[in-house]
Amino acid sequence: MDKTFAARRRRDLIIAAVLAALAALAPLFVKDVYVQNILILTLMYAALSQSWNILSGYCGQISLGHALYFGIGAYTTELLFTKFGVLPWFGMLGGGVIAALIAMGLGYPFFRLRGHYFVIATIVIAEIGLLLFQNWEWAGAAMGITVPIRGDSWLKFQFMRTKLPYFYFALALCCLAWFVTWWLEDSKWGFWWRAVKDNPEAAESLGVVVFNSKMGAAAVSAFLVAIGGAFYAQFLAYIDPESVMGFQFSLLMALPAVLGGIGTLWGPVLGAAILIPMTELTRSYIGGSGRGVDLIVYGALIVAISLALPQGLVSLFSRTKAKNQIKGATR
Amino acid sequence: MGDDAVTAQAIIQSLASGLLMGLLYGLIAVGLALIFGLMDVVNFAHGEFLMIAMYVSFFLFTFFAIDPLLSAPLVAAALFVFGAVIYLLVVRFAMRAKANAGMVQIFSTFGLAIVMRGLAQFFFTPDYRSIPQSWLGGKTISIGGIFLPEPQLIGALVSIAAFAGLYFFIHRTDFGRALEATREDPGAVALVGIDKNRVFALGWGLGAALVGLAGAIMAVFFYIYPDVGASFALIAYVTVALGGFGSVFGAFAGGIIVGLVEAVTALVLPPSLKSVGIYAVYLLVVFIRPRGLFGSM
Repeated sequence: MDKTFAARRRRDLIIAAVLAALAALAPLFVKDVYVQNILILTLMYAALSQSWNILSGYCGQISLGHALYFGIGAYTTELLFTKFGVLPWFGMLGGGVIAALIAMGLGYPFFRLRGHYFVIATIVIAEIGLLLFQNWEWAGAAMGITVPIRGDSWLKFQFMRTKLPYFYFALALCCLAWFVTWWLEDSKWGFWWRAVKDNPEAAESLGVVVFNSKMGAAAVSAFLVAIGGAFYAQFLAYIDPESVMGFQFSLLMALPAVLGGIGTLWGPVLGAAILIPMTELTRSYIGGSGRGVDLIVYGALIVAISLALPQGLVSLFSRTKAKNQIKGATR
Repeated sequence: MGDDAVTAQAIIQSLASGLLMGLLYGLIAVGLALIFGLMDVVNFAHGEFLMIAMYVSFFLFTFFAIDPLLSAPLVAAALFVFGAVIYLLVVRFAMRAKANAGMVQIFSTFGLAIVMRGLAQFFFTPDYRSIPQSWLGGKTISIGGIFLPEPQLIGALVSIAAFAGLYFFIHRTDFGRALEATREDPGAVALVGIDKNRVFALGWGLGAALVGLAGAIMAVFFYIYPDVGASFALIAYVTVALGGFGSVFGAFAGGIIVGLVEAVTALVLPPSLKSVGIYAVYLLVVFIRPRGLFGSM
């Protein structure tokens, strides 16, 4: 490994630690509940997008169906909690494991598909999941599940009086997803994924087990997204199929990574830090009119960024990174 | 309703309705297939093109009292211009992306879809609209005990005519040949003096005109609202992928299959699950044939 690469990785780790420490201090200055809410959502989407980026960015298998894993995390947690009294922490892990298993089970037939056929298959499978949950009486069907309030406790991971515990959990999840990506980038998996993304045939001939490396990426990605779903369910204390498994989540996971820089370490965090506050602010300040101005602004921004900066916002910061990306993208 | 409610009669009835709807699905989807075949771009705003067409038909009826059946060619013409303009203003630039080309195309057309929905909400309000009285609206025709709603029947006939016309157009006219040539080798056509951008713009216009035709007819029997495109867009993508991306005939066949599968699913499963059948058939088909039924391997 050449020195500059090792130095860049060390620098990335230091920057991440500083940013995380600064973020951890934010609640000292931000007392407004509305702003805290936006911060929590921003951290959550950064974590989700970072996880999505592992499969879709690094490994190049573009999924627009990750809402399925998000919903599975949310539903596993709340079904276990409300029906069997299992603590959300176990539900969260259980949901992650189930999502990872489903991702691998689906990967078996799905990873034979290429390009748009794969993307549409991921949309379609999440849509099937949504329809099944909407018709599943035992799981509350379209009415969903209201999480019973048992008072503030870390054990049951629910807090009514303060949002701070949710903030710190979202921050921890974001750091975890970032660290997993950072760690995988330099592992044999990271190199396999980039090889698979750039040229699967060549990778295969060089001895990369293409199929297994896609499966690994799918499992890690789905596991982390399901943890995010479990968190979101506890945070809202209410879930229904549309609000945890709807297509909009698949998009909201993909957009930060795409706008920030797909297949890059910092893209998802950067994208989420800009996109999510903007979404929330346009919704509350100009969306209230119900006249769609928020949609116009939001959509126009997506068009503008994707046309002007095809490699995402990170390409503004680092020339060398952008160059690496071009090399990767054009083989 | 007894156990014999699902008689042969009922099955034929629902297959007939499924076939009519399927032909319309084919007409909605073919523009997508055409554009993809021409330049490998999936238009993620295709559903919003349909929505715009429905509104144009609605306003021609409301302000000028032109029946949707008569205004359909006008709607198609309006959408032709719209499609060509969208190519020149947005898609042309998305094609230039050096890196992440696929992503740029997906998200620039997707952003466009959101803008179009927002604009529709802004100018037309989120209200549900419908065309209260039209020549065909609400009428049915009975053939041998099978009831067929007239709007859907006419829609199916228009769809067949449109596909026949498109076939003739691609194979028998100069522009059609230019389209085929550009799709096969955009670099080489430049050498014989064909402007690639012009062909692409006309291709987008044609694709939009076809979905415009579908929208004009659907305005008779569907509610018109800013999000209406979203519900048909996924069906259109599945239709195109089922037939095989880029294959115009595949979109026709895919549409018929989707319509029939939807009708059969509605017979055996609760109505709210009728789309599950379509999705399951899509997955089954691509697992066996990863490039769709008629896609080139």
